[in-house]
Amino acid sequence: MQKATLKAFAFAAALAVATPFAGLPAPAAAQTLTVGVGGNITSMDPHFHNLGPNNNIAQYFFDRLVHFDAQQKPIPGLAESWRSIDDNTWEFKLRRGVKFHDGSDFDAEDVVASFKRVPWVPNSPSSFVAFVLGLETTVVDSHTLRFRTPAPRPLMPIDFAVVNIVNRKNAESPTSDFNSGAAMNGTGPFRFGQFAPGDRVSMTRNDAYWGEKSHWASVTTRIITNASARTAALLAGDVQIIDQVQTADLPRLKQNTNLRLERVIGNRLIYLHLDHNRDETPFLFDKATGQPLKANPLKDLRVRQALSKAINRQALAERIFDGEAIPAGGLLPDGFYGASPKLKPEAQDLAGAQRLLREAGFPNGLKMTLHGPNDRYPEDDKVLQALGPMFTRAGIETSVVPMPWATYASQSSAPTFAFSVMLVGWGSDTGETSSPLRALLATRSPGFGASNRGRYSNPTMDALLNRALQTVDPAAREKLLFEASELAVGDVGIIPLYYQVNLWGLRANLTYQARTDEYTLAHLVKPR
Amino acid sequence: MSVFIIRRLSQSALVLLIMSLLVFFGVFAIGDPIEIFIAADADQAERERAIAALGLDKPIWLQYFYFLANALGGDLGRSFVFNIPAIDLILLRLPATLELAFCAVFLSVAFGIPLGMYAGYRPDSRAAKTIMATSIAGFSLPTFWVGLMMILVFAVELGWLPASGRGELGTFLGIQSSLFTLNGLAHLALPALNLALFNISLVIRLTRAGMRENMPMDYVKFARAKGLTQRRVVFVHVMKNIMIPVVTVIGLEIGQVIAFAVVTETIFAWPGMGKLIIDSINNLDRPVIVAYLLIIVLMFIVINLVVDVLYSVLDPRVRLSDTGK
Repeated sequence: MQKATLKAFAFAAALAVATPFAGLPAPAAAQTLTVGVGGNITSMDPHFHNLGPNNNIAQYFFDRLVHFDAQQKPIPGLAESWRSIDDNTWEFKLRRGVKFHDGSDFDAEDVVASFKRVPWVPNSPSSFVAFVLGLETTVVDSHTLRFRTPAPRPLMPIDFAVVNIVNRKNAESPTSDFNSGAAMNGTGPFRFGQFAPGDRVSMTRNDAYWGEKSHWASVTTRIITNASARTAALLAGDVQIIDQVQTADLPRLKQNTNLRLERVIGNRLIYLHLDHNRDETPFLFDKATGQPLKANPLKDLRVRQALSKAINRQALAERIFDGEAIPAGGLLPDGFYGASPKLKPEAQDLAGAQRLLREAGFPNGLKMTLHGPNDRYPEDDKVLQALGPMFTRAGIETSVVPMPWATYASQSSAPTFAFSVMLVGWGSDTGETSSPLRALLATRSPGFGASNRGRYSNPTMDALLNRALQTVDPAAREKLLFEASELAVGDVGIIPLYYQVNLWGLRANLTYQARTDEYTLAHLVKPR
Repeated sequence: MSVFIIRRLSQSALVLLIMSLLVFFGVFAIGDPIEIFIAADADQAERERAIAALGLDKPIWLQYFYFLANALGGDLGRSFVFNIPAIDLILLRLPATLELAFCAVFLSVAFGIPLGMYAGYRPDSRAAKTIMATSIAGFSLPTFWVGLMMILVFAVELGWLPASGRGELGTFLGIQSSLFTLNGLAHLALPALNLALFNISLVIRLTRAGMRENMPMDYVKFARAKGLTQRRVVFVHVMKNIMIPVVTVIGLEIGQVIAFAVVTETIFAWPGMGKLIIDSINNLDRPVIVAYLLIIVLMFIVINLVVDVLYSVLDPRVRLSDTGK
């Protein structure tokens, strides 16, 4: 009897907790969309922090002169058209009839004010200054602007695709005014509702938007940083679309007929940096004695080639990512501007790797430590664990040290450069290959090699890249970028591993225009 | 007693100072926050600008000195990533956490005491054994796993409750809380239960032990001999006696639940302080980490002080001596 009583009690308790809410429907209104995003949005101020999640959310409320399509090709935004007048001057014609959310008209003064605000924003941990630096601006008329630069700047339209345009009245509004909503007066497809840090951003459709209007009258973006929680929220119907689907959840989502996936090969390359700089590198050792080597073997092209040949990229993509990653041979996937079609992923060739090591004077192989993050890129720790045995089989006995990004980021870069061979990722925000060439492979100097953790330096490549960055003609520039990429990758400046596939999980009755830049934008979510 | 309190408070100031020193230099040792914040393609000039903007260009001891000087004026610095004063940021998240903690403690009392009393009253019954066995599970199963299972069962499979997040806010007596809306309570149910599970088990075991200890005592026999009903003996006389340790533990658990709901908040995407501290540690957002830990230390100091003072008020046998307790 007691048992029965207890059972009844437990059941009653469970019911008492659950029933009042059992009938609660998910918000059923057809024009409401809830999005679950993995990135932590830290501010509404579009000029405060150059950070993926912040740049993403800003696109709901603000426009840029130039927009990116889903493949990161520049398309007209607030600027209707643009052309280079001469090598050093660009002219932008602004769209007419565009209104801010408060009803005021958009014109050239707003652009000028926004570009002035960018370097002004106080306490910015990473600003947009570089995109608007060194411009000599002329307002030709209310809807025409000219920008002169000391040197040719073919990438100016792409730079302008990153800088959001705020209202001239907000040129000196502090970040807190944006967070509160007081200064959230953009021209974008949504009007700002509310920002609850760490929780959500809510918004309503801008019915006066100049471009294609959103299907959704009201949208809430929920910040769900934990990947399992994000998937659970989608499965439970709390949200209708999530980004950054984790690999472990893929089979479950693929089986579920109520859900579907949208995917696109992203702009992020995962690769290995190699220490090209030091004469004695800290983490490559003599195999017999375990002592650091007197000469840095990574300076020998054959050793670098052997490392690349040791890797089975196909296996990484298939086993670790369930096929949702693409083996990489270059800096950006095919189809991106400047991505050389000649650069194909290298197949695993253990015999070849061993032969190269022998020729380089290491018949017994080498010993090394591979470093990388364990919380930065999808499955990064598993990739590291898989690379270790691949290198070991090729004769380079490898131990793996994964660490949190917070520690790894500073140790792997200036001024310590603590590691010899390290795993890193690079997302090309510009959508073309000058971005990785400039940041990862150009010799470190002002404006170049900012993330060149291996300190690769190749004067011929630098010269090609420089010429490309000064060449306004698109076809000629692309040819130079091809050459520079082929040179740097052929010289194994870095070892490309794979390109990430950007994945969205969504209800089966929706579609999403999957984007290479990883952004999740509600106005691109449409009913099927 | 006033001497005791003054001594306690001065000790607390020292604890806070040491704590701030450890955290400040500890975070400095983990890594350079600039590497985390800065756009990867930022050049040297932009890096230097950001370092100066965040005040990281000064030597670390000088940064600490500035921090101390400002802290005395109540300013614990500005979050690097949010550009909001650290204290404001924490206070913004505090209501969500308090809500969760309040519900978790409520659940642990509402379930723990009756179940524990029953288990202690009839220790040999099957039901009591089941309760005790289940409480072991509540103790030992990891919170994150139970949380995920609860989401899977109640949100994904049954669809009764939302999987994560905080619900709508309602206003009652000028207080904004998700406790006052049905939607809010639905969102609260799973995380609160998840957070309470450990405490429910703890309270069950404490209450049971108290029952077992008190039932054979002389005062119980005397009360029965006096002809009191069993109900009155158990629910008035015994219950009063077993409540003392239970109340102490619950008091301390409130502190624990507020400060370290990290796992539950992460799994249920609950916008509370626990999630804030984890994000801040990953971002090396030093002002927030330091401010958070200082506030938590302060909270524990106050709770302990209050408990000590209450003891002496409740139980005349306890004296607060000025030589330190």
